[in-house]
Order: sequence, then structure tokens, then C-alpha cells
Amino acid sequence: MFKRLPEAQAEVTRNPVSVTVNGIEVACRHGDSVASVLFASGILACRDTPVKGTPRGPFCMMGVCYDCLVNIDDLPNQQGCMVLVKPGMKIERQQALREVQS
Amino acid sequence: MIESPALEQVQQRHHKGIYDALVIGGGLVGSSLAFGLRQNVDHVAVLDEGDVAFRASRGNFGLVWVQSKGMGLPAYGHWTMSSQQLWPEFAEKLALITGLDVGLEQKGGLHAVLSEHEYESRVEFMKRLLDQPGMVQYDWKMLDRKELKDLVPGIGPEVCGASWSQVDGVANPLKMLRALHTAFVKQQVDYLPQHPVADIEFKNDVFEMTTPHGVVRSKKIILASGLGNQVLGKKIGLSVPVRPQRGQIIVLERTKRMLQMPFATLRQMDEGTWLIGDSQEEAGLADGVVGLPVLATLANRAVRTIPKLKEVSVVRSWSALRVMSKDGFPIYDKSSLYPGAFVATCHSGVTLAAAHALRIAPMVVGGELSPEITAFSTRRFNVQEAA
Repeated sequence: MFKRLPEAQAEVTRNPVSVTVNGIEVACRHGDSVASVLFASGILACRDTPVKGTPRGPFCMMGVCYDCLVNIDDLPNQQGCMVLVKPGMKIERQQALREVQS
Repeated sequence: MIESPALEQVQQRHHKGIYDALVIGGGLVGSSLAFGLRQNVDHVAVLDEGDVAFRASRGNFGLVWVQSKGMGLPAYGHWTMSSQQLWPEFAEKLALITGLDVGLEQKGGLHAVLSEHEYESRVEFMKRLLDQPGMVQYDWKMLDRKELKDLVPGIGPEVCGASWSQVDGVANPLKMLRALHTAFVKQQVDYLPQHPVADIEFKNDVFEMTTPHGVVRSKKIILASGLGNQVLGKKIGLSVPVRPQRGQIIVLERTKRMLQMPFATLRQMDEGTWLIGDSQEEAGLADGVVGLPVLATLANRAVRTIPKLKEVSVVRSWSALRVMSKDGFPIYDKSSLYPGAFVATCHSGVTLAAAHALRIAPMVVGGELSPEITAFSTRRFNVQEAA
């Protein structure tokens, strides 16, 4: 559905940043947001809603809609569109609700 | 000047003639009343403003709360208690008509104290409140730190305890407003937004409300327009002294349910978000503003109550205006000039919703407010001041 523009794709090849998405290694570009990496790797749904388990994916891409919540480096409820990738980052689909241990 | 929407965009009315009863105001108070009226008469309308209205009902914390209420006016304690007792019936009626669950939980509620001093003042306040002559009685007790810890795991080291009562609870105010409006559709209540009322006249035993979309007529009317009651009240000969009191709320991200029993200022919603609230500011009509000093104070108290909340992100904060009467108690009154015209206003639109729907609405239909609520008449404000 989404693909990178040629210059961006060239930059990924030239100077890749490696992260994992659901355990699979993905090459991306410096300055990519987590949500754009999900799209670029063909992942449209990044979480399941806590109430009804409906799949959801990034929507507004600007920090407002909270639909792009993912686990990043084991921290749940992170807004994928507001976090920039870092080498070695672990991005995982978020299922159900974040737990706060008392 | 803002143009009013074209006529064809305005909600179609089911009923073209004179309504049996009409509510001015489509918030929680007005909607609960209209819902109640519709269970008693056939033709009911709600006249509402647009989105520019001061929407107290959209900023609500959602407590169905009894403890702490009624200092100085035991009748308010009784009234509040009667509404919390009617709440299950109210929620059940709404569910039956709309299929919507409004998230009512009446499993008790807590008021946390964060120092020995607060502990002592709380005990003293609750005793004084319930010792008032004629005050309603309910089970409450002061929980010490250990007892509270058994009930609410995860409380912080500064928490000395909490006052607890069985009669307190919560609902989800947004789901409640939605359920009421769904009931309007199902039961053919004419909800008419963009219908601010410019004038009210009483002609041949019928009230005529002038709106930008023409005149709407009804045999009985009840003003439930929050802060707007100040102006509209005068048109039926009632002086309704209400003022805005700003409250700010912080919303935290959704997490798995951890807090089963609500605190008066900290709760977790049925679907997992957290609300931190209960600030009170005299700030005029500025409901578009939130401020760090107040938000920081709210957050600080919440984190001292449950330290793990430090890790939970804030997703929103907002402010809304409570509709506060001069003495803080509700106002229910009937016009002495025009039989069939009433006013209802309060700052506890959720707690009192059941009483509004199941008790006030039938009184309005009957044309008389029952003697047990005369304590809430506007006459209490018209006492001559001592020289």
C-alpha cells in the first residue's frame, strides 16, 4: 500500500538503520518515525484494541489519534508516529492493555 | 455574525404541534429530565445550543457520589442518597431502551488522606456532616493505611488512609450522555440542536420559545441550561444565581484495570483510562484554558496516592465549567408567574441524573414540585441581608 520515494529508498540502502518489527529485522532510514517504518514494511495494523480486539494502525501521523500505539523496547502504549527509530530498536505489535504492576 | 444553518439542515421534528413538555438544555441535566419526561408523556422536545455552548457535561468526572455532600443542608444529603439509590433503575431503563451500558459501578468509594493532619480533619468533617440534625445516614468508616492497602494495592508511602463509604460509585459520563441521546432517537424525543432560546412567552396556557428556527410551543417547560439559566430564568420570573467554577482534569493512557474502587479525585474508567480531577477555580468563563499550576498539583496528589502512575503517560487534559449556585446546592424551582415553568440546575449532573429522570420529571408533569425539595427553591437566596 505504501512505498518509499526513490530518494528515501536510496538512503535506506546507503545508510541503513536496523530495527526489528515483530522479531523481523527491517532496514530503515535515519529520521523515520516508527509508524512510517511500519507502513514502509507493509504493516498496516500495529495493535489490537483493548476493548474489542479490533486491529488498528497509524492514522493521523501527528500525535493526535493514539491509534498507532506499539510496544517499543518492551515499553507499551508508545505512539509510533512520535518516536524516531534508533539502531537496534525493538518494535512489537501491542495486544490488549498495558499493565501497571502495583 | 455567525449564520445559522440553513433550515433544511436542522433536525426534522417528529411532532409538529404543541409539545407536552420541553426542556431547554441538552446536557446531562436536561437530557436526564427529558428522558424522564418521555416516560410520562408522549411529546417531548429538547432545545439545545450548538458546540459553542459551555459544555459542562462533556468535561465531567463521572462520580455517583454521596460522601462529603450536604454540609449545611441535610436535605441535599437525602436528595443525593435518593438519586444514588435510583441509579440502578435508571441505568437499567437506559440499557433496556438503548442497549447501552453506562458503566455504573456502585461498589463503594474512597477519599484519600495524605497526612495525619488530613486524616484527623477528614474524620472530624465526616462526623460533623453526619451528626447534623435530620441528616441522611449511611455506612462509612475511616480506613487506616493497612486496611486501605488491602483494598487498593499500590498506594504510596504518604497515604495515611481514606474515608470509605459503600454508597459511592461511578458511571461513564460520556456513555451516559450518548445513551440518553440514543434514547431520544428510539423514543422520538425531538432533540433540536442549534436552537438557542432568545425569548419565552406564555400565551393561552402555552409557552412559546423563540429560536433562530422559529417558535417552538409546549405546555410545560423546564430550564436546564446550566449557566444560561441566569438569563432564561428572568423570562419566567425567577432569579437563578449561578456562576461558573472551573475544574481541570488530566487523562492518562489506557492501562489494564488496576484501581477497582474510585477515589473522589482519581479513578480508572471502565475501559482503562485514568482520570485525575477535582480542581476548583473561580476563573470566569475561560473553559478553553488549562494551566500547569493546577495540573501539576492534581498530578502530584495522584502520584503520591498511587506512585506507579508516574510511569503512565498523560494523553489529554481539559477544563470545563461547573454550574455553581451561590451556596453550591442544586436549584429546583417553579415559576410563580407562569404555572408549568420550572428550573433545574446543579453541578452534580451525573450523581443526580437518576433523581432528575425518575423524580423531578414526574413532578414537572404533575405541575408541582414535591415539598421534600422545597429546600432547593430560589427563595433561599432572597433573604434580606442584616444591616
